[in-house]
Amino acid sequence: MTQSPAERLQIRRSARNGWWLSTPALVLLFVAAAGPLVIMLIYSFLTPGQYGNVVGVFSTDGWRGIIWSKDIFTDEYVLADAHMTIFWRSLSLSMMTTIFTFIVGFPTAWFIATRPPSQRAMWLFLITIPFWTNLLIRTYAINEVLRKEGLVNLVFLNLGIIDQPLEMLYGPFAIFVGMTYVYLPLMVLPLFAAIDRFDMKLLEAGYDLYASRMQVLRRIIMPIVKPGIIAGSILVFVPSLGAYVTPRVLGGGKQMMIGNFIELQFGQGRNWPLGAALSMALLVVVMIALLVYVRYANKDGGKHHG
Amino acid sequence: MTEEVTISARNVIKAFGQGSASVRALDDVSVDIRKGEFFTLLGPSGCGKTTLLRLIAGFEMPTGGTIELDGVDITTLPPNKRPVNTVFQSYALFPHLTVAQNIGFGLQMQGKPAAQVKARTNEMLELVKLESLANRKVGQMSGGQQQRVALARALAPQPKVLLLDEPLSALDLQLRKEMQSELKRLQMETGITFVFVTHDQEEALTMSDRIGVMSNGKLQQVGTPKEIYTTPKNRFVASFIGETNFLPGTAEDGAVRLSNGDRIAVETLRAVDKGRAVTVTVRPEQVRIGPAGKDALAAKVTSLVYFGTDTHCHVALSDGTEIVVRLQSPASGDAGLSIGQDVGISFGPGAAQVVED
Repeated sequence: MTQSPAERLQIRRSARNGWWLSTPALVLLFVAAAGPLVIMLIYSFLTPGQYGNVVGVFSTDGWRGIIWSKDIFTDEYVLADAHMTIFWRSLSLSMMTTIFTFIVGFPTAWFIATRPPSQRAMWLFLITIPFWTNLLIRTYAINEVLRKEGLVNLVFLNLGIIDQPLEMLYGPFAIFVGMTYVYLPLMVLPLFAAIDRFDMKLLEAGYDLYASRMQVLRRIIMPIVKPGIIAGSILVFVPSLGAYVTPRVLGGGKQMMIGNFIELQFGQGRNWPLGAALSMALLVVVMIALLVYVRYANKDGGKHHG
Repeated sequence: MTEEVTISARNVIKAFGQGSASVRALDDVSVDIRKGEFFTLLGPSGCGKTTLLRLIAGFEMPTGGTIELDGVDITTLPPNKRPVNTVFQSYALFPHLTVAQNIGFGLQMQGKPAAQVKARTNEMLELVKLESLANRKVGQMSGGQQQRVALARALAPQPKVLLLDEPLSALDLQLRKEMQSELKRLQMETGITFVFVTHDQEEALTMSDRIGVMSNGKLQQVGTPKEIYTTPKNRFVASFIGETNFLPGTAEDGAVRLSNGDRIAVETLRAVDKGRAVTVTVRPEQVRIGPAGKDALAAKVTSLVYFGTDTHCHVALSDGTEIVVRLQSPASGDAGLSIGQDVGISFGPGAAQVVED
């Protein structure tokens, strides 16, 4: 069916004029997404109430509390070392998780994308199966694998590789393992989508033009599947940074990450403004980090794209 | 062109699959490709011509036999170690690189200094007339332009042999004709040995120095376009290249007797064939049509098809054997024949050839 330019214009115009039909969705989006953010922003500038909640007195203590804490004797603001430790732990664990899910996810995605089309659906299905189970239960399953009497120790002890059970639980290592397991599918799926579109003939073209396997990987495959790498990294890094359940269960409550720290402020800490300020700060930092990352990652490609 | 051999394939076998399900894509193929020639592998799809090309490129390893390049055994050498480049059917240009970066890729991978890569890239851009598009992304180009980039990219590292896997099949007729002469020009200018794969017999005849006709994984005949056309070795070669008539008969002294008793003189008939059942092939344009007489085979016109430049006249011999005669159409367009007319047909010297089945 072909359309004349006039017809096409007509169709476009009627599509443009029909925007109001999406009003319910827009309202929902505004109420559900912007509403809570506005409330959070307001709360972050108020004063904590005695039993949680907030009282309507303006204060910037919530925002200051992110980095500084007030010395209870001298009333001076000092750098909050504990907070810094939490931020650093969150950042480094999220980065390690992102890198490691990529290292594991790339060969996996490549493997799936190079299966015959009839088998691909099955492999993708297997990759998504963990999503069917509640996150908490999956995390406890990892706990079961890593604990002193768990699967890993059992196997290693019986194989004689170790003679003392490894203390893997309740620390950064366990959190790292848990997050890698939980977020791996989020890395594999966008990578698969990118590799699936990759023209395998280009590999032959690369080898034919004197490139080694490593050069084909670096000079041809990586630049072309880059959009998938970017998408996967974002999908893993962002939820890792705000992870709550995994560090809670596998970090044993002592090895907090930002997510747990925020939760603490709304619970036992009874400092809602600090919690709200932390949440907003996390949001802003993540958004800036993503913008910088996408810009940086596209820089090379952008040059080629002219 | 010299008689010096560049590519020498010896008893090459390539089987796909295992055990009883295995299929021989190449069945004992031996061929010598000479230095600087335009060699075409011609055959229907699935005949093994692309497989042979891929073996020369190094994308596949043969199941048996050897391949030599300038006297050096390259049978098991990986593609990136062979001074051989390929122009792919789908071009396989790198979509993330510009035209110039695509062309320079091979040289860069060879570790050539940047200045040399740049100079050679510019030289290639000039050769394929794409100087103005050097910084364009390949995705934004037409099929013909992509084709030129693919050629330039494969020629840039100055390979000893350029392999072309049906590079013109994706182009429309007009562009294909243009690229045919372009390819021929590039081959002349660079002096590089071209191995060209196609299923288009006309393309093969017009472009090649020599043609290797393939079918069912076997090389049926190797020769110049003229040899292949005028003296086809077997029935397959005769029918695949151009149109032809097949007449079954029995070999006698210097002639073949057809089943209806007619005799056709065949100069090239071998003495050993005497008494045997043979097949005679005659090209439609080599058949002469005239009044019935004793020097001609008696025939009756059964149909006339007007093609513009020529007219195809179908005639039947006394036993019903049909022969197609191609006549150049006269200015009036009327061949002066009518259906049911009794005519005599004869063959020019060397027109009738005996072929193996």
